[in-house]
Amino acid sequence: MALPSYAGPLETFWYYAFRVFCGMVFIFLISPLLIIIPLSFNVEPYFSFTEGMLAFDPDAYSLRWYQEFFGSERWMNAIQNTFIVAVCSTILSMILGTLAALGLSRSELPFKGMIMGFLISPMIVPLIISAAGMFFFYSSLGISQSYLGLILAHTALGTPFVVITVTATLSGFDYNLVRAAASMGATPTYAFFKVTVPLILTGVISGGLFALMTSVDEVVVAIFIAGAEQRTVPMQMWAGIREQISPTILAVATLLVCMSILLLSTVEYLRRRSETIRGITPH
Amino acid sequence: MMATTVEAEGQLTPDEQKRLTADMHRSLRRKKIRAVFLVAPLLIFIMVTFVSPIATMLFRSVDNPQVSEYMPNTTAALANWDADSNELPDEATYAALVKDLVVGRENHTIGKAATRLNYEKSQMRSLLTGTARKAGRLKPPYKEQLIKINNGWGDIDNWRVIKRESSPYTLSYYVAAFDMETTPSGEIRMLPEQQRVYLQMLWRTVWMSLLITALTLLLGYPVSYLLASLPMGIANTLMIMVLLPFWTSLLVRTSSWIALLQGQGVINDILVWFGLVSDDNRLSMIYNATGTVITMTHILLPFMILPLYSVMKTIPPSYMRAARSLGATPFTAFFKVYLPQSVPGISAGAILVFILAIGYYITPALVGGQTGQFIGNMIAYHMQSSLNWGLAAALGVVLLALVLGIYALYSRLFGSNNQMTLR
Repeated sequence: MALPSYAGPLETFWYYAFRVFCGMVFIFLISPLLIIIPLSFNVEPYFSFTEGMLAFDPDAYSLRWYQEFFGSERWMNAIQNTFIVAVCSTILSMILGTLAALGLSRSELPFKGMIMGFLISPMIVPLIISAAGMFFFYSSLGISQSYLGLILAHTALGTPFVVITVTATLSGFDYNLVRAAASMGATPTYAFFKVTVPLILTGVISGGLFALMTSVDEVVVAIFIAGAEQRTVPMQMWAGIREQISPTILAVATLLVCMSILLLSTVEYLRRRSETIRGITPH
Repeated sequence: MMATTVEAEGQLTPDEQKRLTADMHRSLRRKKIRAVFLVAPLLIFIMVTFVSPIATMLFRSVDNPQVSEYMPNTTAALANWDADSNELPDEATYAALVKDLVVGRENHTIGKAATRLNYEKSQMRSLLTGTARKAGRLKPPYKEQLIKINNGWGDIDNWRVIKRESSPYTLSYYVAAFDMETTPSGEIRMLPEQQRVYLQMLWRTVWMSLLITALTLLLGYPVSYLLASLPMGIANTLMIMVLLPFWTSLLVRTSSWIALLQGQGVINDILVWFGLVSDDNRLSMIYNATGTVITMTHILLPFMILPLYSVMKTIPPSYMRAARSLGATPFTAFFKVYLPQSVPGISAGAILVFILAIGYYITPALVGGQTGQFIGNMIAYHMQSSLNWGLAAALGVVLLALVLGIYALYSRLFGSNNQMTLR
């Protein structure tokens, strides 16, 4: 979008003002994530830059909060819990979500709109309402304050992402490929695993990553239905921010930012790969 | 197979035709069943783990078992009493009350009924629990003794409250959720101005969400426009700055805004360093409504940019050039040609941001202080602290109705675009 050669001074002014404005929005978007990285190496227990840090004095920086994080049994326990819950709920969401998306993509399915509405409802209903409802219901079933309850809840919250991504992948799916496989003697199961799965796999995985991120980041439902034993990383952060605010939170936050960079790269890689596979050139 | 059927149709005998039609129906039905079986596991799962909890909560907002369950004799006795009669209930009702109080005290259940009644009229709890402590020693006739223990039993309004709440279902949680009260005579009226809480909170939630939506649109529109018009390579690189916050934990972003905005935080330090603000007069940008708006605008901005970008990507740049070549000024070309075509993106982004904002709980709780709380925080408060679950459920229903209403309106207007959160 270069400035056209016929642009007058006013248009030139607007052009640069627009770019400066956009630059500021990008700074607004990214700086909160970057600012916590140096702050997490603060030697003092503050949330702000000390004079030593601004002077790049090596003594003003330390790994103190990272040591505290990795040395804390609570945090390590929280990581373990988050991992267990996230992995189980992601696998469940991927299986249930993919099957449902395969059904939803068939034109023969009756009441499609209504079914889709129910399936994606966990994404639309505000989390506080889901949390309140699940609190009552899971308590009455006796599965609140248990891993099972939390896994089921996170699975419910994660499935809409899998359903949506896989349905989107299937919308460009050429069913003639499956028919071709069948015409050459493949059983439906064989054709499914050899033809359908490789083609929709990228959608399944990126949906799964959304579900994973939902579970790893989810705190509202967790504080309502998990007990002290199932304390997850977000719950621990939530408690940390509310009670004693220490830079350990920032160390955790920095690690989580690194994790999101990793996840983002994976999703982007998968997206491009899926576009290449389906013959859509990146636009 | 289909093709041969159509071609051969003319030559088939009626019998063969019938068989063929039946075959096709059977095959279609088999496909239908297969599709249903694929969807069924998730549908059942969501119904059990998600929809039924929400339904239970809806029910809880009108469910009113405490009085009828824990004071059954009184409930039965009051059924025959005319609440409009201006006469106290008869001796039999007082006897039933004593019986309920004695049993309720033994089973530790009278407190539940007392708490329930206290939501409707203060001092009901002490009236019930106080009397329950002494009820065991009483001998009939009870009426005068009870009034002597606590003259609340001689107050006809208290009896009216008990009678009203002895019904197994109630709308009184909704009455409370809309800042109204039921007068002793049964009329529903607004609370005095200074006692109104929830409507004000709901109103604040709505306007702050609108403000956040407007801000994300203001910041997101130019950025999406830039991203959609830049060459692919640069746009993809800049897109990282939008996607990285999108993929980063909500709590991480909230805590970094605490680090940025607090009194001793980075922004105040910079302002002081530049001499724009004096050291003892630092700006309070957090733990108030400002903190909530800034933080939530940041958190929700990617949800505005992504739908806007995907729509703008489909607008051919040649349209703008054509408008210019026909003599339009850049502003006319933008407002007459580009803007109308980007409306689907604006509406998708705005609805998404608004729906997400209105149900927020975590961020307002952490950075909102007193003035930046949302209706979600009120629900959490009644769930966890005041334990008035009926009121929490009623407020939840109000919020849910609002969200679903907006979503339905959106689907009606713009077709159900279920991919609105994802590219």
